[in-house]
Amino acid sequence: MIHAPSATARTQPLLQVVDLRKYYPVRRGLFSRISGYVYAVDGLTFTINEGETLGLVGESGCGKSTAGKTILKLIEPTAGTIRLRGERIDHLSPREMRPYRRELQVVFQDPYSSLNPRLSAGAIVAEPLINYGIASGRELKDRVTALFAKVGLREDQMARYPHEFSGGQRQRIGIARALALNPRLIVCDEPVSALDVSVQAQVVNLLMNLQREFGLSYLFIAHDIAVVEHICHRIAVMYLGKIVELADRRSLFSSPQHPYTEALLSAVPVPDPKAKRKRIILPGDVPSPINPPPGCRFHTRCPYAEARCRVEEPPLREVRPGHFVACHLRSVDTAAFAAADAGGAVR
Amino acid sequence: MATPATEILQVPTIRRGRVRDAFRRHPTAIIGGALLLAMIAMAILAPYLGTIDPQAVSPIRRLRPPSELYLFGTDMLGRDVYSRVVYGARISLIVGLSVAVLSILIGLALGLVTGYVRAVDTVLMRVMDGLMSIPPVLLAIALMALTKASVENVIAAITIAEVPRVTRLVRSVVLSLREQPFVEAAVAAGTGFVRTLVRHILPNTIAPLMVQGTYICASAMITEAILSFIGAGTPPNIPSWGNIMAEGRSVFQVAYHIILFPGIFLSVTVLAVNLLGDGLRDALDPRLARRM
Repeated sequence: MIHAPSATARTQPLLQVVDLRKYYPVRRGLFSRISGYVYAVDGLTFTINEGETLGLVGESGCGKSTAGKTILKLIEPTAGTIRLRGERIDHLSPREMRPYRRELQVVFQDPYSSLNPRLSAGAIVAEPLINYGIASGRELKDRVTALFAKVGLREDQMARYPHEFSGGQRQRIGIARALALNPRLIVCDEPVSALDVSVQAQVVNLLMNLQREFGLSYLFIAHDIAVVEHICHRIAVMYLGKIVELADRRSLFSSPQHPYTEALLSAVPVPDPKAKRKRIILPGDVPSPINPPPGCRFHTRCPYAEARCRVEEPPLREVRPGHFVACHLRSVDTAAFAAADAGGAVR
Repeated sequence: MATPATEILQVPTIRRGRVRDAFRRHPTAIIGGALLLAMIAMAILAPYLGTIDPQAVSPIRRLRPPSELYLFGTDMLGRDVYSRVVYGARISLIVGLSVAVLSILIGLALGLVTGYVRAVDTVLMRVMDGLMSIPPVLLAIALMALTKASVENVIAAITIAEVPRVTRLVRSVVLSLREQPFVEAAVAAGTGFVRTLVRHILPNTIAPLMVQGTYICASAMITEAILSFIGAGTPPNIPSWGNIMAEGRSVFQVAYHIILFPGIFLSVTVLAVNLLGDGLRDALDPRLARRM
């Protein structure tokens, strides 16, 4: 078990995603001819280490949920590789995928539609255990009871049905179900955005406690920057199916490099009425993912866009140690690298 | 488990107010259900309800108006209309219920397959579209023309006409359920295909199917009556409401009662089934139930 982030390059990451793509065909006309594609996820590359939380943020429709579901293999990727502990899972059939599902779990956004209304809370949490033949009878009941306790639910609530619970409690049932198989990675697809703010805090704290206790990793998909800042170690910012910036929390919030990230961060409410804020308002709407703009996808709304941005697509480059950005206007900060190397040598 | 004493105490108090509660919440379902049950009881107990042989011909007493002896009068062969109507309930109910059950079972199977297998979907749904473009009564008449008149064939003909509607319903429910997060969560939790289908998809199709079943039952009873009325349905040696009305049609102006009484019974039964369906729809919709 490696804890130092600087050493992770040499060890195997828990999840490694390389150039992940998911295109949906757009069919038109009498014979359902394919007239184009929705580029929902268009070349994602990132890794998640043991015990780490990677935040995936971006506005609605940028493909973050699609990315999560593709990694879970709930939808088939169009291209790219997904490696779980170095083993490729992107091309596996549903049957071959089954053993890997034990390590890869999910918590969904909507606590109402993510639980089968016709099963009791206990039966919902017990299902993964039954699926893998982990426990039965008395032992099964004990394990479900323990899972209920872990997420802060009472034993006597096991016989109740989902509609008898509040939104926060339902989300706890969803978390208990995800925990049942002792997974290594949980994809949290906007797990708190449907909850009240006070309940959000409880669920976020529960997730963080569980991470500490079990060494879990999270892929935390969200659009609420404040929540992401609280829970995530590293954050990837998505725009129109691509990652535009990827950095650890501190460096992303203190020195955002991409103009889109700047605008996103300026939209976070500050709990101080006197605070002076320069709010960056982006003109226009998000372009359609069916016809993404050429060059940099953000150039249609970018306040700094140059001629080059309209034709040439910027690659995701490491401009400072561990800080990646896809923007022509940022150059590699050699001083920062030198300082990091020196610091590393001293350490 | 912690407090067994209180649990035991609570159960009867819940049970006692149950019927009254159910009635207050869903009066239409209860009224419809009660009427339907009364019709079923009448059909089963037909021999004990003061009836005589519905086929007994008595030329001397033909076309008698309703009286104390002949409650609903007699028809042109002197047969007792009351006895014929009471026995006729059997045919209507058998046809209505069998068609409802059969078309739901067949439609459920077809709908699940089309909802899951894309290749089957494109072919089968075009066939269903074709069947649906023909009015059900017309389709049933055409099918009856191919075979001989019998109750079984009537059931088969109406079932074939009703199956496309059920298939469409099940398919649409399955397609929307497949995308539900709880189904995706089940897949992510390693639930196999068959188990996902049985535990997560199937139970959530039951409510809309039960409602649809009652409407099919009602429309099947009407279709049976129409088929029998035009002579393409139940053979004349078996009294059915459609038959009785068909036979009374020619003497309608002198003996209206031959048509009136089976007509009333048919209307009331269809109304009862529809009321039950409306009530069930409200009772089984969890969104409405939560509001209570």
